[in-house]
Amino acid sequence: MWSLILRRIMVAIPTLFLVMVFVFILQRLLPGDPLLVMAGEERDPAVLEDLRKLYGFDQPLPMQFLIWMREVFSGNFGVSLRTSIPVTELIAQTLPVTIQLAVASIIIALLIGIPMGILAAVKKGTTVDYVASAVSLSGLSIPNFWLGIILILVISVQLRWLPASGFVSVFDDPVEALRVTIMPAFVLGSGLAAALMRHTRSAMLEVLRLDYIRTARAKGLLPHTVILRHALRNALVPIVTLSTLLFGQLLAGAVLTEQVFTIPGFGKLIVDAVFNRDYGVVQGVVLCTAVAFILMNLIADVLYILINPRLRTG
Amino acid sequence: MSVAALETEVIAPARSRVLTKFLRNRSAVIGAVMVGIFVALAVLAPLISPYDPNQTNFAALRKPPSMAHWLGTDELGRDILSRVMHGGIASLYAGVLSVAIALLIGLPIGLAAGWYTGAVDAIISRATDALLAVPFLILAIAFAAALGPSLTNAMIAIGLSQVPIFVRITRGQVLAIRNEDFIEGARAVGVADFMILLRHVTPNIMPPLLVQATLTVAVAIIAEASLSFLGLGQQPPAPSWGSMLNTAKNFLEQAPWMSFSPGAAIFFVVLGFNLFGDGLRDALDPRET
Repeated sequence: MWSLILRRIMVAIPTLFLVMVFVFILQRLLPGDPLLVMAGEERDPAVLEDLRKLYGFDQPLPMQFLIWMREVFSGNFGVSLRTSIPVTELIAQTLPVTIQLAVASIIIALLIGIPMGILAAVKKGTTVDYVASAVSLSGLSIPNFWLGIILILVISVQLRWLPASGFVSVFDDPVEALRVTIMPAFVLGSGLAAALMRHTRSAMLEVLRLDYIRTARAKGLLPHTVILRHALRNALVPIVTLSTLLFGQLLAGAVLTEQVFTIPGFGKLIVDAVFNRDYGVVQGVVLCTAVAFILMNLIADVLYILINPRLRTG
Repeated sequence: MSVAALETEVIAPARSRVLTKFLRNRSAVIGAVMVGIFVALAVLAPLISPYDPNQTNFAALRKPPSMAHWLGTDELGRDILSRVMHGGIASLYAGVLSVAIALLIGLPIGLAAGWYTGAVDAIISRATDALLAVPFLILAIAFAAALGPSLTNAMIAIGLSQVPIFVRITRGQVLAIRNEDFIEGARAVGVADFMILLRHVTPNIMPPLLVQATLTVAVAIIAEASLSFLGLGQQPPAPSWGSMLNTAKNFLEQAPWMSFSPGAAIFFVVLGFNLFGDGLRDALDPRET
């Protein structure tokens, strides 16, 4: 088992290296000289030359890559070219906002997706199954920014039940945080719930066919005991790994959801950076996202090995 | 068996079996019809749309739906129905062209990875993993930022960010058939690698790629709308469903109808492609009966 985990970690290292190469190349592709932005309005050639030396831009490209890698590994993801605030600081400010939104949306997705998936599998071929599948396919097809706009229109503008925008930390005011977060979290969670429902349904259908379920039923166990204690426990193996992989979808969805609900999170940081041509931030955010995603993949792989008894003993 | 005999005795019945299976699947047919209507409306938009989509009318600013303007007018008095119809062209372009880009780049790279294995495969697979490590929309935003905001660049950005998925699927399919008898046979009689890949491997791995391409059109349409919504896709005044929603969200109280139809259009088209793709996958899957 440990050799398998070690092998997964070894595979993640070259992937991480290539992500760094990719982000570096992307930065070189970006139009305009970042130093011109930093030099300000006057663009004094002497200042430009100093900045070029300071950031190692006078070195050949491979050398620049090595310098950049050294900086990244020492925790320096670069600085915002507009505000000179370190990118790590900007990420540290905005990430908790997105994490609060993401956690709330995962809870909503789990609460909707898994029970719906179980129900659809147990009632396969009935109206319940068709309705659940239709809802799930609609959830996958609906653009979440449109769902957000429609919810704002109905719940905030017409009914005036919930605020349409803003952010309150759950640690400052839990009740207000819930009021502000629930609508964007539902918007972000709906796509995840749809994906989870589909995977839960197919995983449950696979498991419900197996002999040990038939044995459990033959023993006279109650239906809900068979489904929840015997079937779901095994069906959860692929669902758990999938949930970690949905992390990428969550981050991408957060970009749009934060834009619709004007939430000052990680997603809004990258969009604002793109419009402000703040390439330092774009580069830092893309790298940070990729590293987090690789780690999540690694965790998914390790979890899969740990919770799958056949791999655990192997 | 001659090639002609093979065509009439094996391939043609298999094709009709796939078609029969597809036509028996009601939701797949509904999906196909929805896709058909969308394509027809987008292609015919310049001929059948009631107004010029960019024609402003300051006497009809933010008018609710009426007989003159079935879906109402926007903040500049432009007819929303005409803009939704013309917005379909941008979505159709984005869907088809970005999938074409992803396929044209992803297919040869995936073929090389699956065919040559070893170091070539290792390098391509790691590069694919690296690109897949960045969430799709963030990758598309990064590309769109690098290339500059425009519909063409959004399509290129979406296409490029879908390349790794096609590489991975192609590679997997090639690995699955590379040791089949008909491939070994072609190799044994000295057919060049390029010709084997072109004439024997590619046609045999097309079905799963076709399914992926259909589902990717749906992803690309949402991605184009998302990029346009963020201001990185189609630029005003040219109509796009995403940019229409971006404007509409500023007029939720004054003109709520502005935000309804562009989003509904995205929803139905994406739903159509998803139903169509799912049906195609089921029809092409030999395990499904």
